[in-house]
Amino acid sequence: MDNIAGTKSCLVWAVNLAALALVLLWTIPTFGLLVSSFRDRDQISTSGWWRAPMSAESTGFERAGTAADQVAEGDLWVISGELLQEGQGLRAWGTSSRDPSAYTPGETVALKDGQELTVSETGTYRLTSPTEFTETRGMRIFLTTLDPPRFTTENYARVIGAEGLGRAFMNTFTVTIPATVIPILIAAFAAYALAWMEFPGRALLVAGVVGLLVVPLQLALIPLLKLHNDIGLGKGYMGIWLAHTGFGLPLAIYLLRNYMVGLPREIIESARVDGATEFQIFRRIILPLSFPALASFAIFQFLWVWNDLLVATVFLGNSSDQLVMTGVLRELLGSRGGDWEILAASAFISIAVPLFVFFAMQKYLVRGLLAGSVKGG
Amino acid sequence: MEQLGFAAGTIIAGMFGCVAWFWGTNMLLDWALPPRGPQAGRNINRANLIRPWLFVGPALLCLGVYLVYPVVNSVWRSLHDAAGQNWVGLDNFRWLLGDAKFRESIFNNMLWLLVVPALSTLFGLIAAQVTDRIRWGNMAKSLIFMPMAISFVGAGVIWKFIYDYRGADQEQIGLLNAIWTSLGNDPQTWLTLPFWNNFFLMAVLIWIQTGFAMVILSAALRGIPEETIEAAIIDGANPWQLFFKIKVPQIWGTIAVVWTTITIVVLKVFDIVFVMTNGQWGTQVLANLMYDWMFRGAPDYGRGSAIALVIMLLVTPIMVWNIRNARREMR
Repeated sequence: MDNIAGTKSCLVWAVNLAALALVLLWTIPTFGLLVSSFRDRDQISTSGWWRAPMSAESTGFERAGTAADQVAEGDLWVISGELLQEGQGLRAWGTSSRDPSAYTPGETVALKDGQELTVSETGTYRLTSPTEFTETRGMRIFLTTLDPPRFTTENYARVIGAEGLGRAFMNTFTVTIPATVIPILIAAFAAYALAWMEFPGRALLVAGVVGLLVVPLQLALIPLLKLHNDIGLGKGYMGIWLAHTGFGLPLAIYLLRNYMVGLPREIIESARVDGATEFQIFRRIILPLSFPALASFAIFQFLWVWNDLLVATVFLGNSSDQLVMTGVLRELLGSRGGDWEILAASAFISIAVPLFVFFAMQKYLVRGLLAGSVKGG
Repeated sequence: MEQLGFAAGTIIAGMFGCVAWFWGTNMLLDWALPPRGPQAGRNINRANLIRPWLFVGPALLCLGVYLVYPVVNSVWRSLHDAAGQNWVGLDNFRWLLGDAKFRESIFNNMLWLLVVPALSTLFGLIAAQVTDRIRWGNMAKSLIFMPMAISFVGAGVIWKFIYDYRGADQEQIGLLNAIWTSLGNDPQTWLTLPFWNNFFLMAVLIWIQTGFAMVILSAALRGIPEETIEAAIIDGANPWQLFFKIKVPQIWGTIAVVWTTITIVVLKVFDIVFVMTNGQWGTQVLANLMYDWMFRGAPDYGRGSAIALVIMLLVTPIMVWNIRNARREMR
């Protein structure tokens, strides 16, 4: 419709560039963490993720051989060997931690007692002395090297096993699936009654549901935890399933009712005339026709429960058989604040499933958002 | 493994229970009030009075226990002391007014309320308008919308990485500091900068919510009748006028809906602050303050409930507005 008057080409360019800028701005944060989750632990902490494909400079030291490695060459005692690993390139080297990059590769440096040390560009060193070496520990040679980019899946293996994320993944599934299915069942019946059955108080109930949509969750935590304790439910899966069911119901009823109201009246009326009971109408007609709305809500609820931290913190215990992934992630942020390889891999495991669901079912998600917001608010 | 079995068992039991309830009670109703025989008419009328309540019953019970009861219970708790034993009247609220942390939270929440819905809606509007006009628009939309699927905690990790700080002598691995230092400045610990750190936290929520705003607003933009746009173009409107004078005024209603929806999210914002700063360095917000009083150290349920009620109070105008809209639509 914007082509009616013929758009100017520079405007088209501007629009494309603006879109590109927005997309980059919105994807770079996630992308950065994704790249980091596959990087070697040392490289993450020494260079930014945007330099991941480039070689990174790193500083460290290697020990030269000891007296046992020495060989006599003429009147000199010599210790020699390799300092670099496959793919590394030498930038500079040194003999003291105060100035670890004092010398250039190939340089020969005089040490104490007439000893001399040479480190070549390929990383071979040659330590010579006019007298026999006596050291039992090799001297430290500091190296500034250019390391090739290293990518690894080790971070993932580590967090799934040692950091308990594999178990948490199971726990999250355990929480999410029933907490998604149960509210749908309960809400579908209620939504049908609110949409297609005439009874006093119906309008009031609908208004009540709309009102409950925005009740802050925080309000419900303490009273419900106390209630669960009083009736012997305590902290556990049953409690969190019920809690998520309760919290998800208003949106479920609201979305489903809005959708069901829009179904053609004739179908339902004619079924009633044909003598179908309400239960049959619901099961044979309403439920199949409402599939898109059911899918929309299912995705909402799934994402919401999967990503939730607050409800899980309050209604589940802290033991490894009840800790969900958001909880683990939060603990890691506290205890391993600087270990980005752990955090990045953990974060990605926890967002992988929601992202998959998101991209696979985006159509229903958008539809649900539109039904929930544009129509009723 | 056995816990997955437990979950599967619960799903099956839940489904079976639900179906049994709805099917069983309906059968029972038909048996007690058969829609035939001498009193068929009366029976049908009576059954039709009862049946809706069978359908909404479980939902009402759930809503009652899990949402209505807590509201009432919170009001009761806010008028009692820490353990919920002695009546203290309005003492908790009086304490709130004098508490420095509470004032800081209210101030920050207001700041969030001003900034996040406005910027999310603005970026959403721009993104909607821009992506509707390009060939790869759907892909662009998907990517901007993607953060919606990421948890607040996950987003917290993602952004904390961007704000990461290394000493001035080291190479910066946080993107923001890398850009900042390449412009010749000293690296900053962004999340501890007083006042401004709030905005760095807000950026996370804006990043998440823009996609939502974009999706809704894009649908609204496409719903604008074409005649108005054609007429404006024929009258010689330039693209800017077309957008701000023709399109935007026609979608005010939708903009308001987006704005209020994000406002509610902002009022309840908890996870982001909780995992990124935990309310330190002047970033406290109401929901996190409430969490502190309810679950940290010696819990004070009275004060915690009072703070929760303040959040509820702030949400109420939007709730009323929503209900009025919904009722108008039902007519």
